[in-house]
Amino acid sequence: MLNVLGDFIAELRAAGLPISMSEHVDAGRAMTIIDMSDRAMMKATLAATLVKDGDHLPVFNTAFDVFFATRHVGDVDELFEQGEDGGNDADRDGKGAPTGMKSSGRPMGMGGGANSSLSAEELAEMLFRALRDNNDAAMRAAAQEAVTRYAGMEPGRPVGGTYYLYRTLRNLDLDGLYDKLVAEGATTGDDQLAQRLARDEATARIEALKAAIEQEIRERLVEDRGAEALAKSVRKPLPEDLDVMHANRDEMAQLERALRPLSRKLAVRLARKRRHKRRGPVDLRHTVRKSLSTGGVPIDLRFKPPRPAKPEIIVIADISGSVASFARFTLLLVHAISSQFSKVRSFVFVDGLDEVTRLFEHTDDPAEAVARINAEADVIAFDGHSDYGRALLDFHTRFAGEVNKRTAVLILGDARNNYHQAHAEVVADLRYRAKAVYWLNPEPQSYWNSGDSIIQQYAPYCDRVIECRTLRQLEAFVGDLA
Amino acid sequence: MSAIDPRKELADRLGLSEVPPARFRSTSDVIDRLRENDYLSDEAIASVTFLADRLAKPVLVEGPAGTGKTALAKAVADATGARLIRLQCYEGLDESKALYEWNYRKQLLRIQAGRPDDSTAEDWHALEEDIFAEEFLLTRPLLEAIRATDPVVLLIDEIDRVELETEALLLEILSEYQVSIPELGTVRATQIPMVFLTSNNTRELSEALKRRCLYLYVGYPDVERERDIIVSRVPGISTTLAEQIARVVRSLRALDLKKAPSVSETLDWARTLVVLGREEIGDEDAAATLHILLKYQADIEKATKELLGKGKSLA
Repeated sequence: MLNVLGDFIAELRAAGLPISMSEHVDAGRAMTIIDMSDRAMMKATLAATLVKDGDHLPVFNTAFDVFFATRHVGDVDELFEQGEDGGNDADRDGKGAPTGMKSSGRPMGMGGGANSSLSAEELAEMLFRALRDNNDAAMRAAAQEAVTRYAGMEPGRPVGGTYYLYRTLRNLDLDGLYDKLVAEGATTGDDQLAQRLARDEATARIEALKAAIEQEIRERLVEDRGAEALAKSVRKPLPEDLDVMHANRDEMAQLERALRPLSRKLAVRLARKRRHKRRGPVDLRHTVRKSLSTGGVPIDLRFKPPRPAKPEIIVIADISGSVASFARFTLLLVHAISSQFSKVRSFVFVDGLDEVTRLFEHTDDPAEAVARINAEADVIAFDGHSDYGRALLDFHTRFAGEVNKRTAVLILGDARNNYHQAHAEVVADLRYRAKAVYWLNPEPQSYWNSGDSIIQQYAPYCDRVIECRTLRQLEAFVGDLA
Repeated sequence: MSAIDPRKELADRLGLSEVPPARFRSTSDVIDRLRENDYLSDEAIASVTFLADRLAKPVLVEGPAGTGKTALAKAVADATGARLIRLQCYEGLDESKALYEWNYRKQLLRIQAGRPDDSTAEDWHALEEDIFAEEFLLTRPLLEAIRATDPVVLLIDEIDRVELETEALLLEILSEYQVSIPELGTVRATQIPMVFLTSNNTRELSEALKRRCLYLYVGYPDVERERDIIVSRVPGISTTLAEQIARVVRSLRALDLKKAPSVSETLDWARTLVVLGREEIGDEDAAATLHILLKYQADIEKATKELLGKGKSLA
């Protein structure tokens, strides 16, 4: 058991969870207290001792499902020499190979539905009934059946299961199922709310079915390839470590969810830092008043509360296709904590430049403003390919007067200039006028200056050029800035 | 391997003559006894409470506002027949408010009362011993929980509101169940109190604090559990209505709102509908009472549009 626990923790650490030695010890001790054949208890125990951040729970859950897949609970017991009830599962027909080794149990070749007695229609009916009655056991049974029938799993293939999931789902008519469930659920005529509720309920049940199928596929994969190997292929980074430029749609949604608490925490931290930094000048009036209690001798000096100037920020962001998502996140973050700056102005460009500050002014939801940028900002002057030189020159002619010694200028982009002119002298002049010029580049540093990237031409005129690919890096940078 | 009982180990360290008996027999025991006190837990909540008792470790409870974090501590106190000692955290909380303070007025009185005309150096030493005795100590919640001889549950509420430096004050209590007072020495607990810390996650807590605690994330309940909560907390409500309410709330939480409805707001809404004598929620009822669930105008408009398929007219 201790070995399995060790491997499990190694996997969590590899996924980015900070787990200390003492937490490892705690988990080990807790294991001696609980009944380990109770899988839910074990999961709760490990979560309570190892995971100390709600955002890390999804990663934990995935890893747990892989390492302690249902069929393996018996094996875990055997390893720990506690499991008298080794064969607790009726369908557990493996020979109890230790977790982490290839199972020699039941063969995986189950494609084609050879050992399935149900027809496709019967299976569909079974699924529908299980979902309609909200019967978990029946749903799991149906999910098993569906996987056996449609996934066509082949032993030994080094895949994470997404492919099998796709194949299974493609063969199940989920949309039809959804419609049937909605029809079943919506009882009365034209009540909007009731219909909406029926739709949401159907969605929730279909999601539960998908989860059950995914779980089933994972369990079979664990049997085939062992927990460690599979854990590696299903491992997902924490939201704050996702590469913003290459995030897919699901990951984008995760990022957006992560951003809001992140910016709130950042604002609290900055406000505190500002308040606690140094004290202000001596407050004479308050000191004299205080000295009356000590006979007019000013023993305690009183100070005015500090009022450090908040910085001004100008963001100039490339929003052409390749780096658009990164620009969006930066604008969101900067505007979400705009109370920490005395002024925030935002400009976006592709080959033309437009100010978008106004979009943020009339709404208290920065996400809404960012969503409107694409539709409303006038950023295309010629062909719609990024032209940094042109955009910066444009900025300089129109707004250089706005840049003063309190302003920090942030330029966002990969500096892929499509072989246009660089106009680096503009950045040089901005740096002369501003407090600082920073360049945030969402590309990995190893790609810089390859192809049409001309970051080296701008770099000498920037105070810092920073590789900024994840929310964590972005947060760290903005935190230093304010 | 010989199983070490953490409770026994801690009792030895604290110098207790006997190991205090565990409060709960099993996870299901936790669930049952919390339910008797009108708190519906789930598997995770019950497991962590059970573990906290057995491992003699504090629990850090995190999650959105209004999901029953504070209520959990209260329910555990009620279920175990313990006294609840509560420390409400706020910015600027310091040790004189959280741990202990010397009652300097009383000390001053003592000095003046006991000043004979021919005081000597020995007298002064005796006096000094005397004025730093327990008699002159004002206990604050943390010290009170440690010194209590009756069973207590210590609740440190909204720990994320104190500064990082103040957090350090708690570390000794959380891991050793003792408080060091320079003039007096170390005060050790005479029993093993249960400790709950709650946090709304407005800032990152220190690693040192998290390491010493078990972690419990209390999110929004699923439909079934929320329905049961409504039924148990709102008298005179039908299961059908409770189920419908729980479903509406789930749909609302799925929308991207500024402030998602909490469990306590759900209960308020349920009570309102019961008072209005509704047996089920129609479009008009929902539109008219949505402001109980949602606290921002923008949210209300969004929900009306999404759920009821109408524009601003009804909001």
